[in-house]
Amino acid sequence: MTPLDVLLWVAFPYAAAAVFIVGHVWRYRYDKFGWTTRSSQVYENRLLRIGSPAFHLGILFVLVGHLVGLLVPAEWLEAIGISHEMYHIGATVLGTAAAVLTIVGLTILIYRRRMTGPVFLATTRMDKTMYVFLGATIAFGTAATVLYQVFGAGYEYRGTVGPWTRSLIVFQPQPELMTTVPLAFQLHVITATALFALWPFTRLVHVFSAPVGYFFRPYIVYRSRDEGRASQPARRGWEPMAPPEHRQRSRARR
Amino acid sequence: MKVMAQMSMVMNLDKCIGCHTCSVTCKQAWTNRTGVEYVWFNNVETRPGIGYPRGYEDQEEWQGGWERTRRGRLKLKAGGRFSKLSKIFSNPKLPEISDYYEPWTYEYDMLLNAPAGDHTPVARPKSLITGDDMNISWSANWDDNLGGSTATAVDDPILQHMSEHVAMEFEQTFMFYLPRICEHCLNPSCVASCPSGAMYKRVEDGIVLVDQDRCRGWRMCVTGCPYKKVYFNHKTGKAEKCTLCYPRIEVGLPTVCSETCVGRLRYLGLVLYDADRVAAAASVEDEHELLESQRSVFLDPYDPEVVRAARAEGIPEDWIDAAQRSPIWKLIQEYKVALPLHPEYRTMPMVWYIPPLSPVVDVVADSGADGEDARNLFAAIDKLRIPVEYLAGLFTAGDVAPVQATLRRLAAMRSYMRDLNLGDEPNEAIARSVGMTGTEVEDMYRLLAIAKYEQRYVIPTAHVEQAEALEELACSLDFEGGPGMGGAGPFGSSSGPAVPVAVETFHALQKRQTADRPSTPGRVNLLNWDGLGDPPEGLFPPRSSDAENPASSDSEPRP
Repeated sequence: MTPLDVLLWVAFPYAAAAVFIVGHVWRYRYDKFGWTTRSSQVYENRLLRIGSPAFHLGILFVLVGHLVGLLVPAEWLEAIGISHEMYHIGATVLGTAAAVLTIVGLTILIYRRRMTGPVFLATTRMDKTMYVFLGATIAFGTAATVLYQVFGAGYEYRGTVGPWTRSLIVFQPQPELMTTVPLAFQLHVITATALFALWPFTRLVHVFSAPVGYFFRPYIVYRSRDEGRASQPARRGWEPMAPPEHRQRSRARR
Repeated sequence: MKVMAQMSMVMNLDKCIGCHTCSVTCKQAWTNRTGVEYVWFNNVETRPGIGYPRGYEDQEEWQGGWERTRRGRLKLKAGGRFSKLSKIFSNPKLPEISDYYEPWTYEYDMLLNAPAGDHTPVARPKSLITGDDMNISWSANWDDNLGGSTATAVDDPILQHMSEHVAMEFEQTFMFYLPRICEHCLNPSCVASCPSGAMYKRVEDGIVLVDQDRCRGWRMCVTGCPYKKVYFNHKTGKAEKCTLCYPRIEVGLPTVCSETCVGRLRYLGLVLYDADRVAAAASVEDEHELLESQRSVFLDPYDPEVVRAARAEGIPEDWIDAAQRSPIWKLIQEYKVALPLHPEYRTMPMVWYIPPLSPVVDVVADSGADGEDARNLFAAIDKLRIPVEYLAGLFTAGDVAPVQATLRRLAAMRSYMRDLNLGDEPNEAIARSVGMTGTEVEDMYRLLAIAKYEQRYVIPTAHVEQAEALEELACSLDFEGGPGMGGAGPFGSSSGPAVPVAVETFHALQKRQTADRPSTPGRVNLLNWDGLGDPPEGLFPPRSSDAENPASSDSEPRP
């Protein structure tokens, strides 16, 4: 194991994870106003209507696949009756289908972004950087699947990449697991790690705004004007003031 | 009974001359920024006409507002929670910018800086979206004064819903202006559509607002609002809407659109209502009953029971007093001359309209008859089906009776006051024929025709002392990340915390005074020249002698 291996498979992932977490906290505190999907649907709808759902659904399937493949040990799946062969065929078929959906969607979206005037004008440098890393990650991942799983003999990443990921999570890093992994998989992991480091500074933050709360709140939201002001930072030297009867009410509420 | 206060507006359409002053001042105050070039929180439509955005009233197409299910419950017309989230990656019912209009500017620079040539320079229209040359083909008021209506008015959703004879009798043209702002509904479907919960109705005064820090740009509110009065800022990726000028309302000032209205046709005031009954009132089966059911939600501010309940809810004493003096309460409930816009959307809108009598008066007067005679006017109101049916399509879900009743009251007032003004004995019978007394008619006349400022706007000030927020006015230069900062945040011009207005102004001023080039090409900034010393560059053309011999300029006196 060379120092490069330690750098790539221990230091880099941890650094990326730190940037990912601290970056999100910082961005949320500093830039709530910039935290949005930055939708460009009002500029162009025809291509988006196909591309966006295809890409998003595809990438959600990909996410679920990665969670199962990386975080669930092979023995656990075997314990519930999913054999190695079953997993391999399932992962390859579903994974390829999800990859096709994602790539078709992403291709449409990137084409739209470049060729539709207003959409291209609304594209920031950060967007472009993000597209490079996102595109590279998806391309290497698909290449690895196609080369090794579809046309090759099949590569058992659940013996190397999976345990390596889990070793990072439990802070017992085992970089040696990654040294023998084929290059396509290695590149996929490296670009993905870089993407995670970029994540908090791109529009990808909208992933963490998935509006799950919508299912659980009443339709009509009421808010007091006081609440709005409470979210503002208090200014030096000023005690918040309230007329006497208001003070009584708020005390009664407590 | 849960008493809540609602700041609401009534507009007297008979007085609207369609001058667009409200739209322009509103735009100057709120939406003269990049990203909202196409947005008019206040717009004035000529009706019949297709409105802004085009055909927004066709809810079969746009799916705004609520609809009543067969089981008698309300559901969002564009779909409930699951349906909303399943469409979140691409909202199928979102208007594109082209449905509003492509905003543009003119290449003014060309007029001043064009090189000498054979032709007069022309300021070409440039798209504010793409920056390219464009052909202007639509705008927020393209069919103003029925301009081009022969081609476009057939697409007016109200006309389409009227009986077939209308299209043929359209030669008997009538028109009026309809200024529109956000309705600040009691049952707002935009708020219900927001997946992030960023939109809310303020407890104190019922103003519907978007929390810019919580909005994530899912765009469902734009679809949800049947009046299409929530807009998407394409630069910041967030929703924006009419705020009822809440910073002004909070200190007792009328909204910008009201303050600047030259016709003085807008009224602002409080209405007390029973929040517990809103949902039931919005889901009555017959659309024609929606007007009455919404009226039944409002609470009489003079009723001691209501006053007691209002106090129990913590509504301050001066707010109850303002609700009692409210012109809105008088126009909606006492004189019953104001009607809501499109009650059939079931959002319980709170900007109401006094329908215009002028189309009726015009027809009577044009026919040579006395346009101020009560009997002539009453007969015309009954006979003139087209304007009345059209108004019913706007204000009462197609029910002609309430529109006729309202117009009769306006006609009666006109006729009753004519006698008074000519020094004749007032005719009580006219007042009685519309169920009013002469005194009531005169009171209504004072409110509608004289319309004193303090009668039009009864706005109690907000009740939390805001001294600490006023610190901003002191323009503290040591503000954190303050004047040293300026410019854009790290993620483009829309990112970063909000910059206090004072700091923003400071930077704009500094930039203007230190810029190499004047901000408006061809203009000279005299603000930073005190009349002494060298005049600003560009004020005078260079002297020919300067060009030949620069040293000589020092010896000559300066202007």
